[in-house]
Amino acid sequence: MVFGHIIKTAAKGVSRNKSRSALTILGIVIGITSIMMIMSLGSGAKSLILGQIQGQMGSRVIELRPGRQPKGPTDILAIFSDSLKEKDLEELKKKSNLPHVSGIMPLVFSSASAVYGNETYRSTLYGMNELAPRMYNVVVSDGRFLSDEDVKGFADVAVIGSKVKEELFGTERDVLGKKIKIKGRNLRIIGVLPQKGQGFAFFDDSIIVPYTTAQRYILGIKYFQHIIIEADTEENVERTLEDITFTMRNSHNITDPEKDDFSMTSQADAIKMLDSVMTILTLFLTAVAAISLVVGGVGIMNIMLVSVTERTREIGLRKALGATERDILLQFMIEAVMLTSIGGIIGIIFGTSLSYITSIILSNFVGLGWEFTFPLFASFLGIGVSGIVGLVFGLYPARQASLKSPIESLRYE
Amino acid sequence: MKVPKTKNTLIKAEDIVKVYKDEGSETTALRGVSIEINQGDFVAIMGPSGSGKSTLLHILGFLDRQSGGKYYFDGKSMDELSDDEIAKVRNKDMGFVFQAFNLLPRTSVLENVKLPLLYSGIEESKWDELARRAVESVGLTHRIEHESSQLSGGEKQRVAIARALVLEPQIIFADEPTGNLDSKSGQMVMEIIQRLNEEEGHTIILITHETYTAEHAQRIIHLLDGKIETDRKVEHRHRANDGHFIK
Repeated sequence: MVFGHIIKTAAKGVSRNKSRSALTILGIVIGITSIMMIMSLGSGAKSLILGQIQGQMGSRVIELRPGRQPKGPTDILAIFSDSLKEKDLEELKKKSNLPHVSGIMPLVFSSASAVYGNETYRSTLYGMNELAPRMYNVVVSDGRFLSDEDVKGFADVAVIGSKVKEELFGTERDVLGKKIKIKGRNLRIIGVLPQKGQGFAFFDDSIIVPYTTAQRYILGIKYFQHIIIEADTEENVERTLEDITFTMRNSHNITDPEKDDFSMTSQADAIKMLDSVMTILTLFLTAVAAISLVVGGVGIMNIMLVSVTERTREIGLRKALGATERDILLQFMIEAVMLTSIGGIIGIIFGTSLSYITSIILSNFVGLGWEFTFPLFASFLGIGVSGIVGLVFGLYPARQASLKSPIESLRYE
Repeated sequence: MKVPKTKNTLIKAEDIVKVYKDEGSETTALRGVSIEINQGDFVAIMGPSGSGKSTLLHILGFLDRQSGGKYYFDGKSMDELSDDEIAKVRNKDMGFVFQAFNLLPRTSVLENVKLPLLYSGIEESKWDELARRAVESVGLTHRIEHESSQLSGGEKQRVAIARALVLEPQIIFADEPTGNLDSKSGQMVMEIIQRLNEEEGHTIILITHETYTAEHAQRIIHLLDGKIETDRKVEHRHRANDGHFIK
């Protein structure tokens, strides 16, 4: 049988009972629509979250923390630890230990109350060095950031976030040179950070001072809470992780890896982990949506069986006129695939439109930097899957049709 | 015009037996039927209902298999052919006309006549030409774009004949073709069938229970209880156009 005619015949079969066909493919439409939405919104959410993380911290950045990876919620010792010392910093700074590093920044932090005049505001105090702007992608909008000299000279200077400025100074515009008091220490404001927005922009609500000043005069500690290490290239992140492990074990005289008193996360690690979590979540939701495709497929099978019975005489006639079993099988298979593919295409249109509308709502009314991307892969998947559903659930009815005996079919009332 | 010069044997059935098995009980429809039919013959098979005439037609038309005996169509036996080859014989060498017309609903006359071409392997570009010629030969060119449901019974049967003709088969099996028709339409159908036999040289096997209709043929085979009762030549053949067609 000529292929063009098979398609024509199938199209006729689908269109001869339009409302029935429409109801039959509804299950497929719903299934494909949900899959499209889940995949499209899933990838949107992923790029939003990853974008925010990457915006916060460069992908070459490694975070070194004291204490081992916590083994459970009660493993408090793992979190409150003071194992990162000045000596470690000196070791890590040596080119012979970490050859592929472009910057190292110790980090201390604590919550602290800042006082200006009659205003008191509780914020987070960060002790950093001059490399912070590069490592955390922060830019000072007003004034300047900490300098090397500030760090070396234990300078009493501070850079404040936009929220802190607002809370302490209200509408006052020029705050540079003004002094705020933290734990009895007067700090001169040398810079203000711009408002970064929602989500991960925690610097809005922070006060940044030289880590040396923070350690010695404000917090009175001799250890670091983090040491931030920046590899020179993304490719060298893995290598640098190994170098750090080696250096730290040497510095702390550790021979048993089980007894490591430090842990590390690289930005790449975090992104990789988040990426896989998001992917698993999307896959899981897609699998749930796929159940509706099975339900839809059973509907297709049911209606195809009805159609085969209704058209018994036609099948008998076609066989008497020379149709082979294969011809009949193909005719009904194509009809089933056509039904599900139409459902798939409608589902793709619905799914894409709904995700587009959702993305507009999210970016315009919720204020997220949500980007709509046409789910091309999901579209191909949708067409493929709906076609396969047609093949799988059309096979049985089509087989029934092809095996009918011509004379019994011709006699069928 | 393809009137064969020498008459070859087209149908050779020897001692055909057909037993239907249905939930344990057996019904014997044919009890040893032997016939020989030559190319260009016009044979009527008669008999009361239950005599086995439809069963015989199905076996002769490769629509069913006999339970015993041997049957050759143009030297070919169903037992030696694959299902696809059987379908090909039905498609190319046989034409079927049924009492109930069996036209596709919501489909034009032209598309109905094209139906056997779908399975023929003939190029699609030639389909229109072949189907139009077949419709013309039954005198329905003016109805060619009509849907089958808009036609009268006689017209429907003529479409069915055009469909049977479209691939120029060697033989046409007509199973009570006038059974659902009024006498005038029936007369027209018999006229066409007779002309196909005499002018185009098609072999015709006609099933009927009406003696008058049967007497359009050259030869009448009478079946009774699954056996041939008589097999005689028709002395005074009716001409379909002689105006005496009465039901």
